[in-house]
Amino acid sequence: MSGVRVLVGTRKGAFVMTSDAKRKRWDIAGPHFAGWEIYHVKGSPADPNRLYASQTSGWFGQVIQRSNDGGKTWEQVGSKFEYEGVPGTHQWYDGTPHPWEFKRVWHLEPSLDDPDTVYAGVEDAALFKSTDAGQTWKELAGLREHDTGKHWQPGAGGMCLHTIIIDPRNPKRMFVAISAAGAFRTEDAGATWLPVNRGLRSAQIPDQDAEVGHCVHRIAMHRSNPDVLFMQKHWDVMRSDNGGDSWQEVSGNLPTDFGFPIDVHAHEPNTIFVVPIKSDSEHYPLEGKLRVYRSRTGGNEWEALTNGLPQENCYVNVLRDAMSVDSLDSCGVYFGTTGGQVYASPDAGDTWEPIVRDLPAVLSVEVQTLS
Amino acid sequence: MIRLVLPTHLKTLANVSGEVRLDVSGTVTQAAVLDALEAAYPMLQGTIRDHVTLKRRAFVRFYACEQDLSHEPPDTPLPDDVVKGKEPFLVVGAMAGG
Repeated sequence: MSGVRVLVGTRKGAFVMTSDAKRKRWDIAGPHFAGWEIYHVKGSPADPNRLYASQTSGWFGQVIQRSNDGGKTWEQVGSKFEYEGVPGTHQWYDGTPHPWEFKRVWHLEPSLDDPDTVYAGVEDAALFKSTDAGQTWKELAGLREHDTGKHWQPGAGGMCLHTIIIDPRNPKRMFVAISAAGAFRTEDAGATWLPVNRGLRSAQIPDQDAEVGHCVHRIAMHRSNPDVLFMQKHWDVMRSDNGGDSWQEVSGNLPTDFGFPIDVHAHEPNTIFVVPIKSDSEHYPLEGKLRVYRSRTGGNEWEALTNGLPQENCYVNVLRDAMSVDSLDSCGVYFGTTGGQVYASPDAGDTWEPIVRDLPAVLSVEVQTLS
Repeated sequence: MIRLVLPTHLKTLANVSGEVRLDVSGTVTQAAVLDALEAAYPMLQGTIRDHVTLKRRAFVRFYACEQDLSHEPPDTPLPDDVVKGKEPFLVVGAMAGG
């Protein structure tokens, strides 16, 4: 019987939520790794029972967990993330050089076809790869050693590599995004990287259309159309039709174009979802109304989706990795809030219901479609 | 036999309850105790001190015999009462909210 498994990372543990294809009744398991920050949990597209989780703590550092049974049981794997060579410096908030220091794993991206291969995006920004199911990690240092690397600066949340997208046509072609450096593309499996930020404009940096320095919050791609990318930037929703070579703004009629997540409908490559947030200092929805916005035209024309979402006194945020979609016939959309709610829509955003209301602040939401 | 007390989260990772008991050969120093601990419980590598630099993590403290030994050089011998097993070596998560 088909169904879904929702993998939720929170400030104080991980939760695994399962339902049948109706997505009305949910079993909720957790907290796993209670008391730890779970930045991300994601399953392997090649083996849905293989999950990876980033477990982290300001006290005790980074732990990586792996499950081989869909999150019922877990085993600790390797957590040694050592930069290649002498790491050098990037820019600190005050513009002075600051040594590269590993802090945590923000995002885990399993290979599309090998359950034992997984990428990790970390803070301070770098990309690591494991080919032994997380036991050992090796940096793909060409990214951090890019000529611009010494000029990268952290955003307010830290200098994190938070987005990793693998081109389904060619696994050597990948995209990553870093706050606040921007988007980068590799064509050679991570050996060399090209900044792909042309068309971005950021009022928060001295050269508003600089090659790097943009605070990209999230990038999404539809598997059927890997040259089309959608981006939620610090401000502005952007679109690229040429694999990031250039970007155009598609914020259109959004009430505010600040936000964190962006995702694409599983079956409609031009249908995208964002959650507008009032501003860079007011991290909550406009007017206290939690609204997902959907565009069926790949941007510019947006409609508010409110049915089932709180429309008064709602002042939560939705973080960059906290939205996901399933691929059932009627595409499900899911997101989690800093107020601990996880909402699900079984009908592409037309209606919403909370799966759960009172978790710790949600850091990430991923969905697996189970057959 | 060295007695060592871990904070709750690290007991969970190491799958232990109560005190950990360690055989430490040679001079009993903070570094030697942590080497022995990580050899017996490799899942704790990186959680108390950095994987690469072996520096104590900023929000971890080492106490023994009512003294804060956190800032002692790692190769300083530990107090006799710890060496003799009369007192435990305490690994503590620094006090903080959250």
